[in-house]
Amino acid sequence: MRLTAQDLAVRRSGRRIFSGLSFALGPGEALMVTGRNGAGKSTLLAVLAGRLKPEAGTVTASGIGEATLSECLHVVGHRDGLKSPLTAEENLAFARDLLGAPTASPRAALEELGLGHALRLPVAYLSAGQRRRVALARLLVCRRPLWLLDEPTAALDAASQDVLAGMMARHRAEGGLVIAATHQALGLADARELRIEAPAAKAARPAVAADEVWW
Amino acid sequence: MRALKALVARDLALAARVGGSGALSLVFFLMIVALVPFALGPDLNLLSRIGPAILWLAAVLSTLIGLDRLFQADEEDGSLDLMSGSPAPLEGVVLAKVLAHWLTTGLPLALASPLFGLLVALDGRAMAATALTLLVGTPALTFVGAVGAALTASIRRGGLILAVVVLPLMIPTLIFGVSASEAALGGTIPFTTPLAILGALSLIAGVIGTFAAAAALRWSE
Repeated sequence: MRLTAQDLAVRRSGRRIFSGLSFALGPGEALMVTGRNGAGKSTLLAVLAGRLKPEAGTVTASGIGEATLSECLHVVGHRDGLKSPLTAEENLAFARDLLGAPTASPRAALEELGLGHALRLPVAYLSAGQRRRVALARLLVCRRPLWLLDEPTAALDAASQDVLAGMMARHRAEGGLVIAATHQALGLADARELRIEAPAAKAARPAVAADEVWW
Repeated sequence: MRALKALVARDLALAARVGGSGALSLVFFLMIVALVPFALGPDLNLLSRIGPAILWLAAVLSTLIGLDRLFQADEEDGSLDLMSGSPAPLEGVVLAKVLAHWLTTGLPLALASPLFGLLVALDGRAMAATALTLLVGTPALTFVGAVGAALTASIRRGGLILAVVVLPLMIPTLIFGVSASEAALGGTIPFTTPLAILGALSLIAGVIGTFAAAAALRWSE
């Protein structure tokens, strides 16, 4: 698939987050989204995932047939979508049934991430890094061409970061796309970088105050 | 279909493992019904006359327990985002979640109501009638409640707002539920007339509630 974003601008609660973002990704390409805290990296990923409507600009995907964009992507972010009382296996089996297009069994996916022993443990018992690895295992249980990763290496140890880099390289070799918001090098070979800068603060502020929404 | 089946199974597994709202709403139901005889005094005739109304009122109130977490829990941990990426439509997701919620709250309520009927001196016929009306009517309560739950999913303390929004919408169900139970005890209207209306209310709430809740979830995103 190909993903094209044109002239994206986003406003949340009346505040302009960023504007004029454009990029295009083809099969096998990766994009690293960088920027200071609060620059709008997660917001950009939410827009791409279809969870936020941009104020201006368009996101278009081609080469995905009948499916909508949100059916073609995986999101791994801060809210990991794992249910603590359920075991790692149950969480992954649910994700696989929910998302469709299964490729690997939960056991195989967890073993790939070095968590085979946690298969029958409730996710509540796992550490932050292990939870993150269970969430990353979701990338393997069903195939989707676009991966949106929001600081995927947070809480991961060095060995797991290498595993993640390997997963991303294989995904790209199969023609997949990776967009990652990050502060660190992810081991993404020849990834392009999109740096989100703060909008021209002085120009934006007065205009913002007028239609600010107060709750 | 497979996705929705997985969702129902997951919610049932969660309800079984956490305990939580299902058992709690049943206990709350028992509490309200048990309080009424203390408030009214031991007048058995009075109690058995207003018994169906008390059971229905208690059912309406205990439906509210746990309803605020119906979508909120999934919204907080990101599961809702996961579900919106599913090929299944959001309406289907809502339907599956409401079904699982009703199976763990509404259904036990209806099944336990004959037992609680003892506390308000109902005879066997009235108990059976009330249980049947609750069985037919509680889906309407759950579906109406799901709309409120979807509206308040992203509000931190949405429970009270939920109750205020949802309770007025439950009035028609309450009216026909009580009138059907009382028609079974005698009176001028046959039992089946209000019962049929109650069933219709459940079906209407099922259709409107599903679409309205899905629209509310999309809008809050």
